[in-house]
Amino acid sequence: MSVLVLAESSEGKFKKIAFEATSYGKKIAEMLGTSLTVLTVNAQDPSALANYGADKILTVNNETLSTFNAQAYTQVVVQAATAEGANVVILDSSANGLYVAPLVAVKLAAGYASNVVELPTSTAPFTVKRKAFSNKAFNYTEIATDHKVIGLAKNSFGLVETSGAGTIQEFSPDLSPTGVQSTAIDKTVGKVTIADADIVVSGGRGLKGPENWGMIEELAEVLGAATACSKPVSDLGWRPHSEHVGQTGKPVAANLYIAIGISGAIQHLAGINSSKVKVVINTDPEAPFFKAADYGIVGDAFDVVPKLIEKLKEYKAQNA
Amino acid sequence: MKILVCISHVPDTTSKINFTDGDSKFDTNGVQFVINPYDEYVLTRAMWFKEQQGATVTVVNVGDATTEPTLRKALAIGADDAIRVNAVATDGFEVAKQLAAVVKSGGYDLVLTGKESIDYNGGMVPGMVAGLLDYNFINACIELTAEGTSIKASREIDGGKEELSSSLPAVIAGQKGIVEEKDLRIPNMRGIMMARKKPLNVVEPIEAAAATSSVKFEKPADKGAVKLIDADNVGELVDLLHNEAKVI
Repeated sequence: MSVLVLAESSEGKFKKIAFEATSYGKKIAEMLGTSLTVLTVNAQDPSALANYGADKILTVNNETLSTFNAQAYTQVVVQAATAEGANVVILDSSANGLYVAPLVAVKLAAGYASNVVELPTSTAPFTVKRKAFSNKAFNYTEIATDHKVIGLAKNSFGLVETSGAGTIQEFSPDLSPTGVQSTAIDKTVGKVTIADADIVVSGGRGLKGPENWGMIEELAEVLGAATACSKPVSDLGWRPHSEHVGQTGKPVAANLYIAIGISGAIQHLAGINSSKVKVVINTDPEAPFFKAADYGIVGDAFDVVPKLIEKLKEYKAQNA
Repeated sequence: MKILVCISHVPDTTSKINFTDGDSKFDTNGVQFVINPYDEYVLTRAMWFKEQQGATVTVVNVGDATTEPTLRKALAIGADDAIRVNAVATDGFEVAKQLAAVVKSGGYDLVLTGKESIDYNGGMVPGMVAGLLDYNFINACIELTAEGTSIKASREIDGGKEELSSSLPAVIAGQKGIVEEKDLRIPNMRGIMMARKKPLNVVEPIEAAAATSSVKFEKPADKGAVKLIDADNVGELVDLLHNEAKVI
């Protein structure tokens, strides 16, 4: 028996969530008294995973897997789990992780718990804590099957450095044809994405119009943050749909979420509530966001945001 | 084309979330149930296939009789008929097994679902249905067209979108984008009247085991009050974010 983690990489480089999933997998392996195997696909520096506790690293190098394909990745994960005798398989909550997890669960006849936020509360029975009701509650779920698939919620466990043996072994999966083909990928380059960002700066209708987004972008740049917006803003066409965060938009689980001119409708809060620290800037002290936030400034964004940018620049200059 | 739209019956977004029986059960008292918002997007997309390409649209839910008003609402939006699998499922795997059985017996070639439900947010049923049937599967779908048996779709990826081609039969898990918000259908009076006469067939569940079970629920710990900072003293916020919250 062992624990298997799929460590996702993009253009050969590991994402932060790959190290988070590895850190998490190591702790579960310790709880179960077993070892951790980490599976990588076309990664440039697999040995980096040893710093987060990987005992064994399976490297798959295969040109046909250079573009993600859910069915193909399912085959890789299932074959690796079988070869390693892994009963617990851990995937991340990236777009690709969420795509593959239920397919893997079916093939392994495994119970699957997604959005898991902590280490299991017990391993016999195997019980995990997961987010439910759009972040308004947690659910403790018992996985009864021999095989278990866990989807780890982003930014919930963090990175834990522990050294593992990191023995590298090449793994060659047996791939069969898939019924879904990628024809084009349209990806923003050189911009921090909401999915990967540690900090997200988000604007709402309080900004009055798309022409006023310059200061949101400048604030995001100073912080190295991604930009986002509320649903009304994307529905009005002020900003692209891809920036809409909230219940029917993208979920945000950042370290810091700054909401500017956003009142904090329940659907919006449901989508961003997993962020660790929330800051609100709004003219209306009665805005519901003030109840959800850690820090708040009652004031006009057009006055506060430029001052905040200036103060952050000073802070950065001092701490450079 | 025969389309099956899977409808989840969920508490309205603005519902108060409470639990009963020692936090083991969701408290439905005073809660209004609606069509899962993600399912509304795909149901509206199904109407497009019906109107443009002559597809038939069946809606299905796995649940007890209390979910029927939600299925009637889907019929009022324009689905042709409805199926209720008479079971209270324990987990997503069990729901997926029931749905896969419905797909098989009805010979549906396009199965549409929302990418997740807003109650358990598991996001597992669509992929599991596809996996159980060995159907092609596209998750987080934001564009979908079909011609004959070939389909073109886009899915949301981290930081952009990916265009895909595939073929029927397929399971598509959709989200906002598969139709625009402004195009979402709401039932009109005529639709509501017609829905009363449309067939809603109750079928008995197949023998299917759940893989997981809910032990209990917990609400997040109460957060402390917001710390207010004077608009004339923005520097204090920078200090707090650095020294207290340690996020910059």
